[in-house]
Amino acid sequence: MIHIHKYEKWWIGLTILMLVVFAMLVGVSAFSKGFQVPEPWMRVDPNTVKESGPFADANLGLHELAPGKYEAYLLAQAQPWRYYPSELTIPVGSTVTFYVTSVDVQHGFRIQDTNINLQVLPGQVSKATYTFVKAGEFPYICGEYCGVGHQGMFGKITVK
Amino acid sequence: MFAVEKKILSWHVILACVALFIGTLFGPLQALEHMGINLYPALQAVGLQSYYQGLTLHGVLNALVWTTFFITGFLMYVMVKTLDFPLTKPALNWAGFYLMVVGLVMAAIPLLLNQASILYTMYPPLQAPWYYYLGLTLFVVGSWVSGWGMLATFLAWRKQNPGKTTPFMALAGMITMVLWQICTLGIAAEILGLILPWTFGLYGMDSQLARTLFWFTGHPLVYFWLLPAYVSWYGMMPKQSGGKLFSEPLARFSFWLFLILSTPLGFHHQFLDPGVPAVWKFLHAALTYAVFFPSMLTAFNVIASMENGGRARGGKGLFGWLLTLPWTDPSWATQALAMMIFALGGVGGLINASYNINLVVHNTAWVPGHLHLTVGSGVTLTFMGILYWLIPHLTGKSLWSKKLALWQAWLWFAGMLIFSRGMHWIGLLGAPRRTMLGVALGNYGSADWRVPTLMVGIGGLILYTSALMFFVEIVMSAFYSKESATVEMPVAEPLHAEPIPAWLNNWQPWLIATVVLIVVAYGPMLIQLISQAQFTSPGFKVW
Ligand code: HEM
Ligand SMILES: [Cu+2]
Ligand SMILES: [Cu+2]
Repeated sequence: MIHIHKYEKWWIGLTILMLVVFAMLVGVSAFSKGFQVPEPWMRVDPNTVKESGPFADANLGLHELAPGKYEAYLLAQAQPWRYYPSELTIPVGSTVTFYVTSVDVQHGFRIQDTNINLQVLPGQVSKATYTFVKAGEFPYICGEYCGVGHQGMFGKITVK
Repeated sequence: MFAVEKKILSWHVILACVALFIGTLFGPLQALEHMGINLYPALQAVGLQSYYQGLTLHGVLNALVWTTFFITGFLMYVMVKTLDFPLTKPALNWAGFYLMVVGLVMAAIPLLLNQASILYTMYPPLQAPWYYYLGLTLFVVGSWVSGWGMLATFLAWRKQNPGKTTPFMALAGMITMVLWQICTLGIAAEILGLILPWTFGLYGMDSQLARTLFWFTGHPLVYFWLLPAYVSWYGMMPKQSGGKLFSEPLARFSFWLFLILSTPLGFHHQFLDPGVPAVWKFLHAALTYAVFFPSMLTAFNVIASMENGGRARGGKGLFGWLLTLPWTDPSWATQALAMMIFALGGVGGLINASYNINLVVHNTAWVPGHLHLTVGSGVTLTFMGILYWLIPHLTGKSLWSKKLALWQAWLWFAGMLIFSRGMHWIGLLGAPRRTMLGVALGNYGSADWRVPTLMVGIGGLILYTSALMFFVEIVMSAFYSKESATVEMPVAEPLHAEPIPAWLNNWQPWLIATVVLIVVAYGPMLIQLISQAQFTSPGFKVW
């Protein structure tokens, strides 16, 4: 075996301990507290997604499922760089499940001041749920480069 | 001795520095834009069409071209020097070099014509002309061919020296090149299997599959950048410090661990992707923690070696050895500062890697804040420090101005602390990366973006000043320095002259482990993504 200095052994032990603790913290928060990352939900055809199915024009935006419980369907598009719809209004305390997809290139969907942050790909539906406990305005913005208009791609949730 | 190798190395260094020179031009422009000073409209007169065209050039030239040219030249040279064995097939290394140049020119044309403003990640369905991708492919293949030239030499050396332990830096260099060969299979598959046929209209694109193949290469890419810096930190810095390498066996062990652990964790760049199940993301998060282990081994070993040097130079007490280290040696000081910045980057890296905490920082300005600490300083500043002995070594003339070099390093250090602090900060305030933040501020930003973006602007200008000083220094040193000097490549000796056990010298177990880990971590997901692929997306040119 190789010679390892005493202090270095302590350092190695400390490193392993740190990593085990980190992995456990993340694991526990993910699998027992439910702080989860996005998962596969549904596939669509980006070429026809606007015409039929959950992202057809008439179905976009908010749907109330039960009092205080909503789902929202959003389309992300470059040229012009925007979301459809670009504004949503909900009462304080609402729980909203967002479904987002792209009709063209990759986009992002991040709701400022929340933990909602999604990668939006053509052909895939990204899903996340959030409860808005505070009143105010929450912009949702594109976090993935999607062409020259990327910096102007955003929408707004009004909670009141 | 080694005249051919020196020539090959010199050409690699020249092209690397040209790439860095052009690449860094855009840095201050981006930083000023973030601060609210938008110079891009004025730049249309010289043919720069947009912020994003500039950002693509910045990313490709700095992160891919500067690094790859430097690394293929440097590792080749370190290997032949430490083996004391010339290249057996220098034609291969030349061929690799020319392939890289041809590839670079092919890719540069559409970049300069604003036809490939798709950023260095080239996520489909953003679509550049086919010859852009072909150029990138040739560039990577060129670096493979250089690697084969190294491999041929290494095998010939082994044949002539049966049973001999490979010198540390030669082994570390070979491990880095082998890692590169293995991990670039991802991007090769992406370009040849998906992108090129798609640019010819043969079939549509599945962006989830393309992203996955990209990040198969994308994470180990950062180790391809970093490991050559580690070669210097482990193999040369102890000598430059006036001491010895604290634990050579553990240095080797770290490199083997990097070989097996660098590739099977690419999903940590895809935590927020819709098409990858959470368990796979979690597995890659755990493996990312594992790769933190050899990083910590490196931190201890490298610092202990410096302490050994500081004490040998007369340093006393708990911290007194820090003061006796060669702070006036530009090569040493530059790399020591690089290490300090890199340590901060390492802490941020743990945060990025932490699965669900990643939600907070993913695709925000935090990420470029982080990557300038790592590739932009830990690596780039180290390579600059290496050049501060390497150029005198190649030319036989001393550095043009030691003082300029020292100022350059300290300014980079200071500028980076300010710049990067600003970037991390606005990232936490929700500012996205790869975005004209000056414009976005009016759209969805808030007044609290102002101070951090100011830091980005000021830090960026300091950094750029430092970059210019670096270019002045190397050009003057290479062409105008008069004083002759004999500078040898620093090679550190191990502190304990102990025999290296066979398991730290044999490739076989480590190569098997590498393949097994990749198959376990990627196999099932890749099979699933390929079998369920939907080739639906056409290409888009939206810039
Ligand atoms: C001269 C000093 C530099 C300055 C002022 C600077 C500034 C910047 C800024 C402000 C960004 C963020 C752009 C955005 O997200 O919108 C950026 C991105 C980036 N920089 Fe630098 N940079 C410098 C040097 C470097 C160096 C030396 C490297 C690497 C070797 C580097 C690699 C990158 C990469 C890879 C990106 C990300 C590109 C992307 O998101 O596609 N930079 N830089
Ligand atoms: Cu965007
Ligand atoms: Cu990574």
